[in-house]
Amino acid sequence: MPNSAQRDLLVGLFVLAGLVAIAYLSIQVGGANYAGPGGLSLTAYFDEVGGLAERAPVVVGGVKVGTVRRIDLDEEDFRAIVTLEVDDSLELPDDTSASILTAGVLGDQYLSLEPGGSPDLLGNGDTITYTQGAVVLERLIGKLLTSFGSGDGE
Amino acid sequence: MTTPIHTLGQRSIGLIQGLGSFSLFGSRILLCLFTPPFRPRRLLDECFEGGFMSLAIVCTSGAAVGMVMGLQSFNALSRFGAEESMGSLVGLTLVRELGPVLTALLVIGRAGSATAAGIGAMVATQQLDGLRMLSIDPIHYVAAPKAVALTLVMPLLSALFICFALAGGYVIGVPVLGVDGGSYLTSLESALDFSDDILGSLLKAFVFGILVGLIATYRGYTSEPNSEGVSRATTGAVVQASVATLVVDYVITALWGI
Repeated sequence: MPNSAQRDLLVGLFVLAGLVAIAYLSIQVGGANYAGPGGLSLTAYFDEVGGLAERAPVVVGGVKVGTVRRIDLDEEDFRAIVTLEVDDSLELPDDTSASILTAGVLGDQYLSLEPGGSPDLLGNGDTITYTQGAVVLERLIGKLLTSFGSGDGE
Repeated sequence: MTTPIHTLGQRSIGLIQGLGSFSLFGSRILLCLFTPPFRPRRLLDECFEGGFMSLAIVCTSGAAVGMVMGLQSFNALSRFGAEESMGSLVGLTLVRELGPVLTALLVIGRAGSATAAGIGAMVATQQLDGLRMLSIDPIHYVAAPKAVALTLVMPLLSALFICFALAGGYVIGVPVLGVDGGSYLTSLESALDFSDDILGSLLKAFVFGILVGLIATYRGYTSEPNSEGVSRATTGAVVQASVATLVVDYVITALWGI
């Protein structure tokens, strides 16, 4: 049986370990974001966002650099407005293009940024002009079937 | 003459009396939190018994559960070529459901039964009566620190369980089965949300802690003062706390979706 001081130490270590575990789960796994206000906020308009969800990763060259914050509908021209937040140390040219891609066949959708060659940089609150929406598998199959159908007919 | 209707009536009255006395016991423990003398030493000792001593079983079981989850989810997902989603599947299951519930069940087995048996033995050996003679409230001195300690350690143990399980899943998924490490972590991190999942999980663990602490101490405190009564109280504490945990888990999930 440990004496009183050892007991205190062990309980202290236990509580510390528990708090570290909670902190790890909250910050690393849960993504409680402390870089929130400091990040570079950008918007992009898409015709089709598919299964893109809030908190989806934003990647450049496959490396995660930010997250999707909000997805809204522009009520005038019925396009999706995606608000994303990327690392503010990133110097993205203003002709960067954004496309919605899928990780694997059944994977989640993410937003990929492809920087262009312009000397001007994107600033906070800017809009990404060049966008490519999500590919909807059903439409793709539909198009394929139609093209097969018309091919048979000729 | 007793008819089945009589029996039903007796049972119902007994049930309601039991619930009433349990509620009274709970409210007395709640009252103890605000009435001096406060005994941090007693609380610390109980945190050692309930928390630190449960650490080994919780961490080992966590790692084992994570490894099994890794294997099973890999087997299921590789049929669809979706191994990349393993992280999110393992993470969501563990954080939202298995972490708090399995931790609660393990703590019931390890610390809850010990609590009920310990208090039951004090009842049987008339130690609680001795405390009353010294005008020390046994609920204040014996039961409350145990119940509070179990409530406090449960979220910590649950978080440790989840961390060990996630590590176990990673070990099986990445080096053993060859899933890409980056995509395991990315899918894990993008699937889990802080306010919905992590806070919900900790809240669940906290509620389970209250339940386990109250039921274990209540069963011990109300046990019959003989060895058979103590063993019955211990068994009752384990069974009732386990069932209560699972039922309350369903209620929390159904009402708040966490």
